Amino acid sequence: MELLILLGLPLFGAALMALVGERRWAPEVNVLVSLATFVAGCALTARVIADGPMLVWNEQFFVDPFNVFLVALTAFISLTTSLFSRTYMRIEEHHGKLSQRRLRLYHSMFQLFMFTMLLALLTNNMGILWVAMEAATLSTVLLVSLYRTKASLEAAWKYFILCGVGIAQALFGTILLYFAAEKVLGGDGMSALLWTHLNAVKGQLEVSVLSISFVFLLVGYGTKVGLAPLHNWLPDAHAEGPTPVSAVLSGLLLNVALYAVIRCKILVEGSIRSKLPGHMLMAFGLTSVVVAAFLLWRQKDVKRLFAYSSIEHMGIITFAFGMGGPVANFAALLHMTVHSLTKSAIFFAVGHASQKTGTQLIERIRGLLVLSPTVGWGLMLGALAILGMPPFGVFASEFLILTTAMRDHPWATPVLLLALGVAFGAIFSRVQPMVFGEPSGQPLPHSPSLVPVFAHLALVLMLGLWIPPFLAQWYRLAAALIG
Amino acid sequence: MPTDSGVVNLPLSAQLIHLAAAVLLLLSFAMLSQRRLLSLVNLFAGQGAALVGSTVVVAYSTGQHHLYYSAALTLVLKMLVLPYVLHRLIRRLNLQSDTETLVNIPTTMLIGLVVVIFAFGLAQPLSELSSTVTRSTLGIAIAVVMLSFLMMITRHKAISQVIGFLAMENGLFFAATSATYGMPMVVELGIALDVLVGVFIFGIFFFHIRDQFESLDLHLMESLKEE
Repeated sequence: MELLILLGLPLFGAALMALVGERRWAPEVNVLVSLATFVAGCALTARVIADGPMLVWNEQFFVDPFNVFLVALTAFISLTTSLFSRTYMRIEEHHGKLSQRRLRLYHSMFQLFMFTMLLALLTNNMGILWVAMEAATLSTVLLVSLYRTKASLEAAWKYFILCGVGIAQALFGTILLYFAAEKVLGGDGMSALLWTHLNAVKGQLEVSVLSISFVFLLVGYGTKVGLAPLHNWLPDAHAEGPTPVSAVLSGLLLNVALYAVIRCKILVEGSIRSKLPGHMLMAFGLTSVVVAAFLLWRQKDVKRLFAYSSIEHMGIITFAFGMGGPVANFAALLHMTVHSLTKSAIFFAVGHASQKTGTQLIERIRGLLVLSPTVGWGLMLGALAILGMPPFGVFASEFLILTTAMRDHPWATPVLLLALGVAFGAIFSRVQPMVFGEPSGQPLPHSPSLVPVFAHLALVLMLGLWIPPFLAQWYRLAAALIG
Repeated sequence: MPTDSGVVNLPLSAQLIHLAAAVLLLLSFAMLSQRRLLSLVNLFAGQGAALVGSTVVVAYSTGQHHLYYSAALTLVLKMLVLPYVLHRLIRRLNLQSDTETLVNIPTTMLIGLVVVIFAFGLAQPLSELSSTVTRSTLGIAIAVVMLSFLMMITRHKAISQVIGFLAMENGLFFAATSATYGMPMVVELGIALDVLVGVFIFGIFFFHIRDQFESLDLHLMESLKEE
């Protein structure tokens, strides 16, 4: 029941916003819908804590330790982003960048995007997972081009074509998966695409088909994760879209795409009984970390800077999943959580900072601490958190990943450390003058909403110091599931 | 056709399916070299017809009734709705007489040939495992996907890239029919919905692009890159 409400609310919200999204009070309604979704998410979470994993509606939907925390995270970030966008979009409108009609499109697509994310997470059907991922691209593409500038249209086109082609590969991978499963589970009915059924018989699936299928699935969903060298769409889409969209792309879409990859990896690794999928993930992950760390130095646009940082962190997480084992998987899941929270907090702060200074160019954003101490501190603390400073949660997960790498794959440790160092230098040397330099800017027509920033950072801090027992338990169970 | 001992021994249905597959492959090559946008849309509709034909034959000869539904879906979506929408778009955007300068058609064709050989190589181990009557056409399905990809790379007009994208989806659909007699109905409906919504969004997008760039030539879209 909670599941139905959880999935129904954003869909209802999307329809509602399509009707009334241009009213003055639409942002508040948007927040309310997100709040209701979050409450439903909490209810579902509480139920799962009490009763354990569940499988509902002819086994079409399921909740297990691996997706439950992502569902809660998605609902939470959806709520905070809607809070943030309430003031952010009003200021954009005040600056004349957006019209009422665009806001209607924005609100409606935002809720639709949340629906596709939750559907992708909760569905047990690999085919529906694909449909939801494709729908997520479709619902965000008009958001990336919301400003209708040349650059934003170009970014959206690139996003559309690259992710479209990528996701087509994933469809071929899914067809191959179905092809292998159909022999074991039978072609009639849905059984052969249900993840839980596939997982139960993964030992009997045809090895050669699954290996080929995994290559397509990894490349397909990997494009959406933003793994190098398939990352080209990501910085453009993040930099040219409105900031709330950058925050949900980085905080949610990348996670959910990676979730899809890992679901496939569990099946394939169980079937072919070799480390090959893990090694492929490690190679993609490490390439992304290194490529992104060095490209960080060339960035002049603050949102592109943090978009590359997202590629770097997705690389770290992919690498950790590739290593496998209870500790690395635990760390990867923790890193997924803290990265989403920190990165969206940073985008919130960056959004207000560039509204204050009227530019996204790093060299022209100066003296945030004087302009607005809360934005300044929000950005500074967020940057420190994402760079892995203790006591924030990112430090804990990166530390676990590095120590596991040192034990299992010593050759990778210096590469990772070097890349993390390079990234630290690049981001810190840019954020520091932005926060502390001589001020240049203007007051905003609405006071910025920074509650989401500090709420996220507080959670990241908490996860660095203390992980709630049920969450740690889920991470452990999910880590065991991933293997 | 990758059949070993004489095509004549095959049942009529298999021969028809092979014929449809061959038509599909031929149309992919034709699309690769077609300069006029309107003809490109017609070729795409032709691909849809070949798909419908092969799906109906497979459904009839194997008694897989759900394939009739997916054939009907293909008929409506890929032979009627999408070509109609694309035709309308081309008319609304005043692109009826638009042609595209394609450099090196012979080279593209040769690359296309290599792609087909590669696709058959990739399909070989897979089709040996398959038990469907259509398994030998899996190679063609993969080839169609890759040729459409090649088409997207060689084109610079937004509309032809979209047609390439849709042709790729045709290839995937054909792969699903030839390897497994089609995906479950819910999934096929979902995919069809995504494709339809996608084309509408593309359509909206064309107008935005034209308003900003005064052309649908993607050469103009090269400002976003790392310097």
